[in-house]
Amino acid sequence: MSESAELLAIFGDPPPTDLVRTLDLGGYKWKAVTGADDVTRHEPSGGWAGAVVACDADPETAWALCRALRKRDIPVAPLLVLLSGGQLADISMRDDLFDDFCLTPFHPIELEARLRHMLRKNGSGASADTRPDLVEYSGLALNVETYQAAIEGKPLDLTYMEYELLKFLAQNPGRVFTREVLLSRVWGYEYYGGARTVDVHIRRLRAKLGEEHQNLIQTVRSVGYRFGQTRWG
Amino acid sequence: MNEEQRNYVLRTVEERGVRLVRLWFTDVLGNLKSFAISPVELENALEDGMTFDGSSIDGFSRVQESDVLAVPDANTFEVLPWGDTKTPEARVFCDIHNLDGTPFEGDPRQVLKRNLAAARALGLTFFVAPDMEYFYFAPPQRGQAPEPLDEAGFFDLTTSDISDSMRKQTIRTLEAMGIPVEYSFHEDAPSQHEIDLRHNDGLSMADSIMTFRLVVKEVAASQGVHASFMPKPLEGVQGSGMHVHLSLFSGEENAFYSPDDAYNLSPIAKHFMAGLLRHAAEITAVTNQTVNSYKRLVPGFEAPVHISWARNNRSGLIRVPIPKKGNPMATRIEYRSPDPACNPYLAFSVILAAGMRGIRDSYELPVEADANLFQLDDAQLAALGIDQIPASLGDALKVMETSELVKEALGDHIFEWFLRNKRNEWRSYKAHVSAFEHDRYLRSL
Repeated sequence: MSESAELLAIFGDPPPTDLVRTLDLGGYKWKAVTGADDVTRHEPSGGWAGAVVACDADPETAWALCRALRKRDIPVAPLLVLLSGGQLADISMRDDLFDDFCLTPFHPIELEARLRHMLRKNGSGASADTRPDLVEYSGLALNVETYQAAIEGKPLDLTYMEYELLKFLAQNPGRVFTREVLLSRVWGYEYYGGARTVDVHIRRLRAKLGEEHQNLIQTVRSVGYRFGQTRWG
Repeated sequence: MNEEQRNYVLRTVEERGVRLVRLWFTDVLGNLKSFAISPVELENALEDGMTFDGSSIDGFSRVQESDVLAVPDANTFEVLPWGDTKTPEARVFCDIHNLDGTPFEGDPRQVLKRNLAAARALGLTFFVAPDMEYFYFAPPQRGQAPEPLDEAGFFDLTTSDISDSMRKQTIRTLEAMGIPVEYSFHEDAPSQHEIDLRHNDGLSMADSIMTFRLVVKEVAASQGVHASFMPKPLEGVQGSGMHVHLSLFSGEENAFYSPDDAYNLSPIAKHFMAGLLRHAAEITAVTNQTVNSYKRLVPGFEAPVHISWARNNRSGLIRVPIPKKGNPMATRIEYRSPDPACNPYLAFSVILAAGMRGIRDSYELPVEADANLFQLDDAQLAALGIDQIPASLGDALKVMETSELVKEALGDHIFEWFLRNKRNEWRSYKAHVSAFEHDRYLRSL
């Protein structure tokens, strides 16, 4: 299993002190970033758990950063923005850029509650309260602890290798993997049948996900496969 | 078995409340056998296998020792998508071992594994996509001719609705079990259907065919209908075949593909085809193992009779289909004689062994036979060097018993048991006096 993400990226130059205090008191691990390059440079091996972007001080740079975070191969999500009351009018055009927002000056308890809720929903490991063993994505729920997967609440009957493949893909949504990478990461050394095995298992998984959800696994022509949409791309 | 795999199986049984785990294996004749264990026994079964008395299984009996071990292949563990959802059941395919842990030589699945491993040792993986044909009938009565649904007036609803809905239900169940379907349609004969499965590696596909036959029969039975894989159930119309589309892959590359050939066939593909053609007569008793199989292999019903190949001639034994959009991955050959009543593990074993022999000894592929061979007489066929597939089970067994290749592919135990069993079948058939004879001779002679 890949290491679960627990580090939050924090933007604000410098990061607002009340935000930093709230995060520290809530036991969140965070790292201040100044731009998209910084996000890539400091990205932990397990990926970011999410991001908090303060938009009230320098809205233009902040929104540009939000957009950049969404456009990455692996979008940084979930993303919470801090806004001043006067900015509420700006957000209707930008609904796709963030998952939740909080008005400044914020109440620390409210921000903490919003963060906890948002990270939990995303299955991220940023706080002790969340459930890193649960991956949820567009109707699919996968519980790493119990080895069970369900689509729209209905259990999926998977073989072991189908489960392992789905788990790997679902834990890395939006990211494109070649057959070779999937073969070595999912099958490891015991694989059998070569890269074509991957195609066969993808087809089997799609069949089991059913017509409505088989598009969860996308074929990226002459590259490989991707789980989920690059909604922001 | 790795720990994760075992935990996956055990945890799934617990989480899903599985009440029974069915251990599946296959006898030498290709019948699915099963015994059920309760979840509490599963951990032990995964670890050490389950001992059972093999003497009751066709082809498993041996002189001294009758106990064998069924060892679950955890990769094939699946919750069954039918039955009561409140008391779910699961199945797992098993390999049969001797009590000392060595592979049991009477187990068809291990025979196939051995043949696949031989190809893999040369870097080649065997892929198969079968076209499965079968009929729906009213429940059969002993001594009476089968009654196709389309004609039977068996239902108040129009029968084509019923059989189409059964076919759809079958496909949904297959897909739920990870057996993807490529095409399906109503075949030419009344109540005949075809479901084409998407390619998979040889072992998974043989497992899938075992599952497929069960699913087709279960779905039909739930509607009070009998589904049959009998090769030629009705006189005067097409029988049911199991054409197999074959290819060998070397890693991600299709070893059958070559951009330099007019038909895009590589030298490996041609040697493989030559091997299949040269040994076709020897392997036919295995790919067509019933007396009835040979009534399908007659001229006039799109079944092969001659040992020949062609790009687009359906009277030949091997056809080279034209891949969609010239896709190199889809270059393959279609071997057309097998029928769905075969044992898929053994059929794939001998097909692969014949092809691999052609590769090993660089057999030369005979020239393509693109004429309609059914219009040629024996002298013309002989001039082209074209033989025929054995005309009866008796003939096929005679060729098979001289075959060192089939003996090696099946192993001594199965080779000898199979010949013994099938010679008995042929003898019983020879002693049978048929309606054909009564009609033809009783009055006139």
